[in-house]
Amino acid sequence: MASAANNRFPYAWAKVVTFILCLMPLGVIVWGLGVGDLGPDPGQAITEALGLATFQLLLITLLITPLRKVTGWAGWIRFRRMLGLYAFFYGVLHVLAFLQFILGWTDLWATFTKRPYIIAGAMAFVLMVPLALTSTKRMMKKLGRGWKPLHRLIYCSAVLAWVHFLWQARSDITEMVVYGVLLAGLLGLRAYWFGVSSLVPLKKV
Amino acid sequence: QPLNYAKAAEYSTEEELTPYKAVTSYNNFYEFGTGKEDPARYAGGMSVDPWSVIVEGECEKTGTYALEDLLSPRQYQERIYRLRCVEAWSMVIPWVGVPLADVIARLKPRSKAKYVYFETLHDPEQMRGQRSLFSVIDWPYREGLRMDEAMNELAFLAIGLYGKTLPNQNGAPIRLVVPWKYGFKSIKSIVRIRFVEERPKTSWEMIAPEEYGFFANVNPEVDHPRWSQKRERRLPSGLLSPNWIKTVKFNGYGEQVAGLYKGMDLARHY
Repeated sequence: MASAANNRFPYAWAKVVTFILCLMPLGVIVWGLGVGDLGPDPGQAITEALGLATFQLLLITLLITPLRKVTGWAGWIRFRRMLGLYAFFYGVLHVLAFLQFILGWTDLWATFTKRPYIIAGAMAFVLMVPLALTSTKRMMKKLGRGWKPLHRLIYCSAVLAWVHFLWQARSDITEMVVYGVLLAGLLGLRAYWFGVSSLVPLKKV
Repeated sequence: QPLNYAKAAEYSTEEELTPYKAVTSYNNFYEFGTGKEDPARYAGGMSVDPWSVIVEGECEKTGTYALEDLLSPRQYQERIYRLRCVEAWSMVIPWVGVPLADVIARLKPRSKAKYVYFETLHDPEQMRGQRSLFSVIDWPYREGLRMDEAMNELAFLAIGLYGKTLPNQNGAPIRLVVPWKYGFKSIKSIVRIRFVEERPKTSWEMIAPEEYGFFANVNPEVDHPRWSQKRERRLPSGLLSPNWIKTVKFNGYGEQVAGLYKGMDLARHY
């Protein structure tokens, strides 16, 4: 049962604000296109920005459970689906941008079979698809106790996304290290609180 | 500042130039950060005047040269070269400078000099990328050429582009340009030239020898382990249709340089 305090919380407004905040990375790109300051290789810049937004939103989605645990406020959970779907939304745009702006829809077979960092990224994306498809209330009901184990696939997706990111580094990995520490922290907290087995996807506990 | 120079048409391509803005705002110069826009943003503070270059090793005229003395007599040429980055993008740039062979000849290398080694400025106070904790480059940045490569007519020491002195982000005040090799061979902001007998270790070779070799000749037949080298995006690249063109062996300079590698297995010596 929701407490009286929770009932007073303006969820509708908070969700609108979250929705708009999540659109900001896209807004920055559109703004950049408008004023033409994306540089001589705008396709590359856009693809990178969309990829980073995907990864950042995955991390923010993973932050919900720790926030709940630390603050003791259950209301955080109500924002998780939107954040996760936004991560997927940016993932879709990132993949499309890569295919259109970087590859130009050519060389597909070699790219997706021979380039390790692409394979890691593609796997991270593919794992997000079933999560997005089963994010509705109806699917949650239908899957019942199977829903949670399935959605632990987000851990794999986030780790693969990080590998995909790290693998593109040429010399300076500062940014990748920072994100790696954040991701390790988010997963490590879960292992600490709920046991390592709580990180294993698809396994019913 | 504007420079006086003569156009060297016989060494210049007639392809469309990459705009000045793109050439000077999209750079790999990791001394100032790994983002393409970092050098333009952070290199401005680097002091390039006065500048001196140490010449050492197997040559007669060793010593510390003021830049002007190293380049005198100052008969600058403009050469429009293609630049092919190992990351599969390319530009067309009008450089101003002198043939490397002329400078080397005046330094009188001895017969023991089999390679020329170059170093970029190492100054963490001016170069923020060198202060980074997680950089895997062992500064200073190092490059090298085999003597016959260095003496090839195409090897060039640039001090300017688009008729003006080099902006800092492009490697001011003096940089190498070897157009038949991937861009990372064209070392920037040179402070040391050493003539050596043994093949020097170069920076990218030290970091990832299976990805970047000493020769680093542009070669569509040898893929980078992480991506294809068969084609390149000529910048500026359009958004709706990426400006892909086929990569040509030796970046299209085979006529002048293929002879240097006769009998060499370029798949092994990449």
